Amino acid sequence: MPVLEVNDLHAEFRLDTGTVRAVNGVSFSVEPGQTLAVVGESGSGKTATALSILRLHPTPPCVYTGGEIVAGGRDLLTLPEREMRQVRGNEIAMIFQDPMTSLNPVKTVGAQIVESLRRHRSLPRGEARARAVEALREVGIAHPEARAGQYPHQLSGGMRQRVMIAMALACRPKLLIADEPTTALDVTVQAQIMELMADLQDRFGMAIVLITHDLGVVAQVADKVLVMYAGRPVEAAGADDLFERPRMPYTRALLESMPRPDVPGGAVLDPIRGAPPNLLDLPSGCAFHPRCGFARPECASTVPALEEKAPGHAAACVLTDDDLPGTSEGRRVSGT
Amino acid sequence: MSTRDEPLLSLRGVRKEFAGRGPGSTVLAVDDVSLDVRPGETLGLVGESGCGKTTLARLILRLVDATAGEIRFGGRDLLKLSQREMLSVRQDLQVVLQDPYASLNPRMRIGEIVAEPLITHHKVPRGRRGRAAARERVAELLDAVGLDASVQDRYPHEFSGGQRQRIGIARALALEPKLVICDEPTSALDVSIQAQITNLLRRLQRERGLTYVYVSHDLSMMRQMADRVAVMNLGRIVELADTEELFTNPRHPYSHSLLSAAPIADPKAERARRRIVLRGEAPSPADPPSGCVFRTRCPVARDECDGTRPPLVDHDVPGHAVACLYPVRAAADLLNETTS
Repeated sequence: MPVLEVNDLHAEFRLDTGTVRAVNGVSFSVEPGQTLAVVGESGSGKTATALSILRLHPTPPCVYTGGEIVAGGRDLLTLPEREMRQVRGNEIAMIFQDPMTSLNPVKTVGAQIVESLRRHRSLPRGEARARAVEALREVGIAHPEARAGQYPHQLSGGMRQRVMIAMALACRPKLLIADEPTTALDVTVQAQIMELMADLQDRFGMAIVLITHDLGVVAQVADKVLVMYAGRPVEAAGADDLFERPRMPYTRALLESMPRPDVPGGAVLDPIRGAPPNLLDLPSGCAFHPRCGFARPECASTVPALEEKAPGHAAACVLTDDDLPGTSEGRRVSGT
Repeated sequence: MSTRDEPLLSLRGVRKEFAGRGPGSTVLAVDDVSLDVRPGETLGLVGESGCGKTTLARLILRLVDATAGEIRFGGRDLLKLSQREMLSVRQDLQVVLQDPYASLNPRMRIGEIVAEPLITHHKVPRGRRGRAAARERVAELLDAVGLDASVQDRYPHEFSGGQRQRIGIARALALEPKLVICDEPTSALDVSIQAQITNLLRRLQRERGLTYVYVSHDLSMMRQMADRVAVMNLGRIVELADTEELFTNPRHPYSHSLLSAAPIADPKAERARRRIVLRGEAPSPADPPSGCVFRTRCPVARDECDGTRPPLVDHDVPGHAVACLYPVRAAADLLNETTS
């Protein structure tokens, strides 16, 4: 049974300047122990989707206009706020890109973990304190007793992200939502954190929804991938399948435009023309059509549905496999 | 490019100390850096945050003054020049900055932004004739970076990140510089835009014979852009080699770990490789370890690494310099150490 099932979720922001459909028909599910990556550029709706799962958007301006978010046999969208508080941080935890802004600067990191444990688990203070130290140890922090008494500013960026993870996992959530957890970190620290998350996932069997713009990170850790563009899901597939045979021209173009660290440089890259669209003024039809190298006249008028093109591989595109030349071999060659 | 060419830029023993917290404490941001940049090449500076790569770029531009050492550009030691003399050198020495949202004055029109260097350096006459000449020159520059001349009267907020970066590049080219320092020019941009900007920088280099110092933490971008790469760690260059040599035959354990940590957007390639994950925390630049600064995280450090700071010298391959007493021969050496 999936830990989380999102069905046709719609969330929009009603602003003075217009309505932004930030999450437009998003569906996915995550099984225990599985990692789903939600990938997209800025404005694609990936973070809006993540925040919607825990209903963290301020309302107004946000309105959840449709769909359901099923976890633990109930729809989180209709859950009373009181019960929702028991879901957040307990059943479903979330970590953010910048640990400095999500940690309380005037409380020690130990006190912050204790607070979460006492709220959700009603542990006595002493026991909560012991568990907090244990949580810091689990994420590989040396001298956790001493660290628990320190404030966030006394820690390095990598250490703060470890603290965030320790806090998120202290209540043993069934699902961890990680929004760009390593984007602010150096690559060697990023490698440490990704390895840590994979290890903790193995030990506790939790599911992970990883929000990222970095296809390299996706390739490292994802079991399946949802690609978003301009608020809509445009491709959904198993990770291997997606990278080997991207079926949405956007995904394909992204992969082709990226230099690779394992391929000699020097070739002219194949960029995507234009820029991601303004969400207040989306192109008609498929939002990617003005930038798409394969666009046809009908792409400007119809919004293609996300439909299965091959077993377990869906794309929102009018093109069929016969229309899209090349496979991963094609990508390699274009990289050299 | 021949190695006989006089270097355009030459650094010798460059050192920069910043005042640290507390009396008498200093942070050594750049420590004894020597390197040459040849005309027409792209020299990459790669490393993690705090390694000193951006400080080194700022030292070359003399936006901060080096504590010691020599920075020769076109035969003159920049550190000995007066501010006035430096102003004339800056025509040949320009910079493209990381964040196109912060590097363009929001109150200036695009035309004014790109024309500003022309006016500062008296490249256009004063008065109406000058303004017309500036507009014409700005139109050429905008055209060179792929923007329409008509954008001159608009303001930065009307443009996307990629377009803003093009404007920043046009401004950097206004004085026809010899050397352009590109400080993370694509890091703030969406993935789908990055290739547009790297392609543009390469085309401009080819057309205008530019020399680049390319600062980045992104190894994929480094391999794409640089002819030679200097890997920095805690203020020092730990390895310097031709790009392909460095990526295929890294010798410093730090370079190895950096390369093995760079994600590859290909799950099969990811699974096929072994990652060298460093243990522990990076040391603080305010309190670097004695001896080799990498030794506290190095999987193959030995006792001797504590005693001496290894010099950056060629090992086996001419032009491939490594600052390590025991350069790595194969990644397997490191993996055996880390897995055992």
